[in-house]
Order: sequence, then structure tokens, then C-alpha cells
Amino acid sequence: MVITDELVTYLEALGRIKLPEESRAKAQSDLQEILQYIDTLSELDTEGIEPMSHALPLTNVMREDEVQPSATPEEVLANAPAQKDNYFLVPRSFE
Amino acid sequence: MNLETMTALELGAAIRKGEISAVEAAKFSLAQIEKYDKKFYCFVTVQDDVLQRAEEVQKKISSGEYTSPLAGVPMGIKDNMCQKGIQTSCGSRMLYNFRPTYSATAVEEIMNAGAVPLGKLNMDEFAMGSTSETSWFGATKNPWNTACVPGGSSGGSAAAVAAGECFYSLGSDTGGSIRQPASFCGVTGIKPTYGSVSRFGLVAYASSLDQIGPLAHNAADCAAVLAEIMKQDKKDNTSVATKGVDLNAVLNTDVKGMKIGIPTDFFGEGLDKEVAETIEAAAWQLEAMGATVEKFDMPIVKYAIPAYYIIASAEASSNLSRYDGMKYGYRAENVNDLLELYTKSRSEGFGMEVKRRIMLGCFVLSSGYYDAYYRKALQAKALIKSAFDKAFEKYDLILGPVAPTTALKIGENLSDPLKMYLGDIYTVMINLAGLPAASVPCGFDAKGMPIGMHLIGHYFDETKILGAAHAYQQVTDWHRRRPTELDKI
Amino acid sequence: MYNAKVWETVMGLEVHVELATKTKIFCSCTTEFGGEPNTHCCPICTGMPGVLPSLNKAVVEYATKAGLALNCEITRYNKFDRKNYFYPDLPKAYQISQLYLPICRNGGIEIEAEDGGRKVIGIHEIHMEEDAGKLVHDPSTNSTMVDYNRCGVPLIEIVSEPDFRSANEVIRYLEKLKAILQYIGVSDCKMQEGSLRADVNLSVRPVGSDTFGTRTEMKNMNSFKAIMRAIQYEANRQVEVMEHGGEVMQETRRWDDNMGASFAMRSKEDAQDYKYFPEPDLIPIEISEETIEQTKKSLPELPEEKTRRYVNELGLSEYDASQLTGSKALVDLFEQNLAAGYPAKEIANWIMGEVMHLLSDSGKEPEDMAFDYGYLGSLIGMVQKNEITRNTAKKVFKAVFEEGCDPVQYVEQHNLKTVTDTGAVKAVIEEVVAANQKSVDEYKSGKEKALQYLIGQSMRALRGKADPQTVTAILKEILG
Repeated sequence: MVITDELVTYLEALGRIKLPEESRAKAQSDLQEILQYIDTLSELDTEGIEPMSHALPLTNVMREDEVQPSATPEEVLANAPAQKDNYFLVPRSFE
Repeated sequence: MNLETMTALELGAAIRKGEISAVEAAKFSLAQIEKYDKKFYCFVTVQDDVLQRAEEVQKKISSGEYTSPLAGVPMGIKDNMCQKGIQTSCGSRMLYNFRPTYSATAVEEIMNAGAVPLGKLNMDEFAMGSTSETSWFGATKNPWNTACVPGGSSGGSAAAVAAGECFYSLGSDTGGSIRQPASFCGVTGIKPTYGSVSRFGLVAYASSLDQIGPLAHNAADCAAVLAEIMKQDKKDNTSVATKGVDLNAVLNTDVKGMKIGIPTDFFGEGLDKEVAETIEAAAWQLEAMGATVEKFDMPIVKYAIPAYYIIASAEASSNLSRYDGMKYGYRAENVNDLLELYTKSRSEGFGMEVKRRIMLGCFVLSSGYYDAYYRKALQAKALIKSAFDKAFEKYDLILGPVAPTTALKIGENLSDPLKMYLGDIYTVMINLAGLPAASVPCGFDAKGMPIGMHLIGHYFDETKILGAAHAYQQVTDWHRRRPTELDKI
Repeated sequence: MYNAKVWETVMGLEVHVELATKTKIFCSCTTEFGGEPNTHCCPICTGMPGVLPSLNKAVVEYATKAGLALNCEITRYNKFDRKNYFYPDLPKAYQISQLYLPICRNGGIEIEAEDGGRKVIGIHEIHMEEDAGKLVHDPSTNSTMVDYNRCGVPLIEIVSEPDFRSANEVIRYLEKLKAILQYIGVSDCKMQEGSLRADVNLSVRPVGSDTFGTRTEMKNMNSFKAIMRAIQYEANRQVEVMEHGGEVMQETRRWDDNMGASFAMRSKEDAQDYKYFPEPDLIPIEISEETIEQTKKSLPELPEEKTRRYVNELGLSEYDASQLTGSKALVDLFEQNLAAGYPAKEIANWIMGEVMHLLSDSGKEPEDMAFDYGYLGSLIGMVQKNEITRNTAKKVFKAVFEEGCDPVQYVEQHNLKTVTDTGAVKAVIEEVVAANQKSVDEYKSGKEKALQYLIGQSMRALRGKADPQTVTAILKEILG
């Protein structure tokens, strides 16, 4: 797998981040190196092995449908960078 | 009474006996922080209500409400555990101003046991790193040699205990983040079985691997802390009911007759010779105490790092998406639209290592690559778990090194991420399998830096691990040594 | 309108239904509609750092119920997955949903096809997921305001097969779907409140073709009428594009009901790469055969069985029965009055006549009927006892329907009772006859129309309080 400049750009877009111009080339080669190492995993024979998300075989942990008091809007918005009338305020998101 | 050499349980006992008050203990710790922290930078935040809390705790100890052996003991909390009203920043600019309106369950549990929290401990940004250098607030230094890193990501949690700034601390371990800094700083730390301590309120790095655990001067202290925080929590669907940790059983463990396995694959390329020799010496010590030690093969070891970095990065890329400048934390200024607000806030709020893992995570989850990477890594995880299950049919415990080296020089690995990742070889597979494992001080290298041995147990065998560690610590004194740097300050 | 002999429309639906559980899917906040902004929220549903989801048992139960009522297979081993994308209404920047193992698969609903026959619309899958918050534009700051009250309300997404060939089929399917979900009580399905939202995937192709054209997805239709219009608009638009040699773009389009047109939404900044992966914070859910059997047994009578019973046991016509059972509210109205002892046919006639009429005039849905359902029975009773005339009853019902008033009181207050005293009626009619000598003469000379006029005048003088039969009989008697 070759990490191209386009792929770096695509990954930046997916992660909503932008690398500083000066560290882009280094980031690209670091990613390349890491990925090359990670690719050794392809040698491992996993034929017929069920992928395992959880190490412990738990199932059916659920909560009863009972209402608990919600937080106050003051608590909900306590860390909001911008707010108005108990709404979070964000840049315009409508066309 | 020499508080500087006291363990958490010794201090707790003294408080209960009225030989010292919780307030005096808190004052001592605050003075220690005052004295040492400029040099080591363990604490991101020191709480301003420590003495009030100590007073309140003292009252409740006197009234008999707090009966825990740890009540009144000053401690520290890693900066990725939410504590109501206290800045919880995860070592990141992204959360530099975040004050949660809720507390992590583990924090609540330890508070219910009468803990006196001193403040929040430094860490690698969002727990990504093994040096504590990626913190936006600055790097923590190793109390054994300030030119060295304390390890990470719970570097602040390990260094603060080593420096005597607190008596024990809570850390978190996703791929070795408790055990590796414990090893580098010469303290005892344990990552319990996945699911045994609630993750609610622990700011997620990799949800399927993250686990909270204690760091302390010795195994008995760790057992006492675990006994308080190992509780099933309805707020964490992945948490399990356990039999907990039995402190008495820990204190009375005899390793005689225990079967200890050593994977030969832990002693391959990359392992420092001095570390290898020290671990072997620890094995002989356990043998001398009556344990049977035997080597066995575990070839799956070499696939642990690739599988770990795929799973951890993938989950991290998703877990860290919520930091978008909308609801809390850092928001970039002078932006024209929504997309720019996202991109600029995240680019300015996250450091390089976080960005790297987000990109790696996005890659392995992106359409077309999911099967080759993420799915494959989950299969490797299944194979690693079954390799351990098989080993534990034969052995009570597995022994090996925690890290291939002792603490590195500051800056040594920062520019070479792959080299840093390779340092996690012995620890990440434990998280993949969800097993409990401890780092126990077992010697020093020629430069005087501590070395920890890795004691790995089967699911819910925390008592057995800490029992063996405690027995070892009854006949050795590695864990009692104090950093010589301390006397120079 | 495009030529249906040349072009065929192919559609599939993605219907989002908010479940009527008390609490949200992953936290214990209320699911109640509305509320002041950010008052039905907690750290979990607002995606604060470190919080974890805790699955609501009722969501799994409701989704299982829905699946069984819609003839689906229930997935025994369920998992949740994360769907990752950035938008301000999604505080975690991922939606917990089900991609790999949805709770229900391979179901279907039978509807009436365009040719009058029966047709099964396949249900590909149903999965559980969480709703997003609400965005409100703030013109004064030219910003967007975010309210997370709806965030985390449980949804099921019901994905149909591309089996629809006309807008009518779509509406029939939606009506039936809605009725079933209301019957089993898993959702109130209020389109105006957004608890039932249908997105339409639509493509066109030449008649006779067996491959699918490029499809678009249409969102933001808030009523059946809007769905109808949006489908017609989009089918015409696509045909026009094709007939002009153009190509239909795969895109999401937003319907603007005021403009009567849909518009391509700005394509997301990147390709739609949702980076799905298994949700590590939730463990698998196993649904046992036993639970499935119990749930099956607990299902109430569904529209199809009900229709059969209404026809076979109550003697309703096939048409009336199927119209009635098409709505939970109409069924409730019918069955409540049936239980009170009123005759089935009479109640059905009222519903099929006046109720339907008033619903269509007011543009309301049956579930919007706000009056006490028992009032319809009271009215029927008064007619049966000849206390009021049928015509009066209709007028009274309009007041019941619109204002929710008690018909018995209303009749009293407005003095609408039928005059039962024939002597009094006769006196009034005699006055009418005396005042209309010309018409009397015409009638006597054989003009039937003149009698009609006299009946009308008499009814007017009686203010409708006597029934026409009585009036006619008395008139004929007076006129000899």
C-alpha cells in the first residue's frame, strides 16, 4: 500500500484535520512506514477465524425504560464555546 | 513518622489510628508537589479545595462513615478521568478549558472510599504515546533522571508516585499506559481485566482496550485501590461483575507451587540485554520462592503491534470525532463556515501524534480497506486471546518484560513514531486479550533506571497477580528504592 | 407528466420511525416531543467526553415487535455499529446504528397494486439507531442554533425493496405501515412531529427494461401529499433529463414543499465514507426463540385479520372494512362505540361518511381527532331514539369534530331536539299551508314539485326539528 499525497489529503478530509504544510512530507513517510509494518499482519493465517470485538463473551446488558431527570440547560451548555437562548451556536449550516 | 517512605496503606492505617490527620497528610502532599513538581511536572492541575476535602474526609473517618484502609490518603487522578467541576483536559489543547459536570464512576468510587484527590496528572495527549511528551501542557520528567521520559501515557501518574507527590494514583491503560510508565518510574501498577473497572467518565481513546487501574508504591496498595474501584457499573454496558480483589488474600499469598510461564517470544530481537537479564533474575527469585518457571512458545506475539495499532487508531479516530469545536473545548477563531470551523479547531486543538492516529484510523476504516485491516485485526485479536487461554490452562501467571528498554531520553523517539510503537510490543497484546497484568519493580540498569517485570494473569486473576507481586516484594526491596534525584532538590 | 407508456418509475423507501419508548435509546432522558431547547438532555445524549451508551431494553422489544408485525425474520445475534460523519446535529460525530447485523430482515407488506390486484412490497431490513438533534437557523447572527432534545430518541429505519412503481403504491404502503405500527403501539407515527419520515429513492427506466437507472434520494417531505408531489416532480425531472440526452446524477435532494420542487443538497465534502465499524461500547444482543414466540403471541389483531373479521362477523363491506382498519384511530373510534352497543353498520356509515368527509375537508389525519370517541355513539343513540334528526345529527357532529363538545349538551343548548308533539307540528304546517295557497293549488292540480316546496317550507318553519317523513305525512293528510 502506497501512501500518496492524494491519500493524505483524503484522510485529512475524512478526519477533518489539516496537517501543517511543513510536516506533511514527514507525516506521509511516517504513515508509509507504519503501514508497511502493519501490513505484516497479512501474513497471519486467519482463515475461518471469527472477528472478535469483545474479549469477554457478554450479551444482553440493557437498561429499564425508566425516565431519570435530565441535566439543566445550564449544565448542558456549561462548556459551550458559543450559545444563545439555551441553544448551542455554530456557524451557519444551511445552504 | 517518615511520610516520604510510607505506603498508602501505612498512611491510611496511621490516619485511622489518629497518629496523623488527613489534613496533615494532605498538607504534606501539597508541600511535596510544591517542592518537586516544578522539576518533574506531574500535575496539570492542582485542586484548590484539597484541604477542605481533607477536613471533610477526616470528619467522616472520625464519625466512622469512611472505613476504607485508604480513607484520607492523598492521591492523584490522570487527566483523562472526568471529575465534576475540575478541568479535565487529557493533555490536549482541545480540552484545555473543559470542566465536566459529571464524574467518572471510578473517581466516584474512590471518593466514596474517602480519597483526597490532589489534582489531575499529566499524560500523553488523549493517552496516545508512551513518553508523556505529547501533552500540550509540557512533558513530564522521570524522577530517576530528569533527562529521561517517565513513560506514558500515564507518565504523570507514575512519576508523581515515584517522586512522593502522592501516595497512589489512578491511571489508564490502553496498550501499556499504566504498566510501561510504572516500569520506567520504578512503581507498581496494574491494568485489571477489561470490564472490571467502569470506563464511564474515562475519556475514550480506544474503547475496546481502555481500562482504569492504580499505580502505587507496592502491590498491596494497588490491591487496596482496586478493591474500591472494581465494581460493576450500569453506566458501562461492557462492565462485568467480578469477585473483586481480596486484599487479605493478596497479603497472604505464597508463590510456592505456582506455575509461571515465560514466552520465549518475549525475549527476541529488540529486547535490551540488561532488561532481559533482570527479568530472568526475577524469574529465578520466584523459583527460589517455590514457584515453577517454564518457558513456552507464543509465536502470535509478532502480530500484536499491527493488530493493536489498527484497532486502537480506528476506534480513536471515531472517539475523537466529537471534538469539533461545537459543544465544548477549543474552538478556532476567524472562521468563515462550518467546515472551516471543524478543520481549523481540530488542526489547532490536536497535536501531531493524535493527528497521525486519526489519519491511520480513518485509513483502516475507509471503504475498501475495512476487511483487510480492521476485520483482520479483530481476527488476530481472537487468535491472541485463544493463545493466552491455552497458556493459562498450564500456567497460573505469565512473566516477561514490560518494555524492551528502560526509560528513553526525552525527545529520543518523538520523531520516529514506528520506533515508539515497537516499544509497546509486550503490553498491547494484554489489552487485545483483555487480560489483567501488572508491572512490578525488579531491578535497575547500569544507568540506574528502573526495570519492571510483567506479571500477566488470566481473566479476573488480579488477586493472584498482586499476591505473587506482594510475595516477591516481601523478599526484595526494588520497590522501596527512592530516586536519588529527590535528594538533590 | 411524462409518458407512462415509455417510462417506468422505480422506487424504494427508507422510513424512519421514532419509537414511543419513555426514554432515549442510550440514556434515561425523556423522549417527549418539543420542550424548551436542551432541556431533555444529559452528558450522554450530548456526546460529552468519556460518557458511554447504555441500551434501553424497550427499544429492542419494540423493534422486535415491529419486525414480527411486518413479517420479518428476527436476527438472533444483534450488534450495533458506528456510522461516522460530522454534522452539528450529531454531537458524537457518529450515529450508533446497525449495519452488519440489523435486527429484522426479509419482511413485507401486501398492498393493492395499480392494476387493482394485490402486491407485496418487500422489506429488506429494519435496524435500530438513534435520532439526531435539531438545527434552527438564526437570521440575527446568521448562525445555526442547535437543540439536542431529539438527539438519542430511538428510531427504527425500515428499508423497503425497490418494489414501488407508482406514487399511489408508495402512499398505500405508508398508510398501511403507519396503521400497523400504531396498532402494535411502537410509534405514534406523527408526520408533523417527525416521528415518521420517509425518504424516497427514485429512478426511471424505459418500460420493459430490467436494469435500474441511477437513483436519487429525496428527503424532507412532511406529509403524504408532499411525498406524492415530490415523487411526481422527481420522476418528471429525471425523464426530462434523460429525454434531453442527459444523465441523472446520484445525489440527495431536499424537497421544498412551498416551492413545489426539490434541490440537490450540497454534496458532502468528501465521498460518503461512513467508516462503519462495530460499536465497541455496546455488547451483542441475543434474542431467543422464546422471546420471539412470546412477542408474536402478544401482537394485537393486525389490519388484515381485522378486515376479515369486520367483513365476516360484522357484515361490513370489504371496502368499508379495509378503509376503517387502515387507521388505528378509526379502528379505535369504531371499536369503542361498537363495544358500547351501537350497531356496527351504523357506526361504519358515520365514519365512512361524516368522519372521512370532515377529515378530508380539514386536512387532518385520523389520529388528530381530538373529541371523545364516545360522542359519536351518543349522537347515533339520539338519532336511534328519534331525539334528533339525521340532518341535525350531522350538524352537531361537525361541532363535535371541530370543537370537541359533548353532543348531548350541544343539542340541549341549541334547542335542536326533534319536536315529537305531532299536534304542534301539525299547527306549524297548517300555518305554512295557509300562507302558500298558490302551491297548494298547484299540488292539487297534480304538480308533485309543489309538494316538495311545501315540505321545504315546513321544515324551515320547524327549524329542522321534525324529520321529513313525518312532515310529508302530515302535509299529505292536510292536503287530503
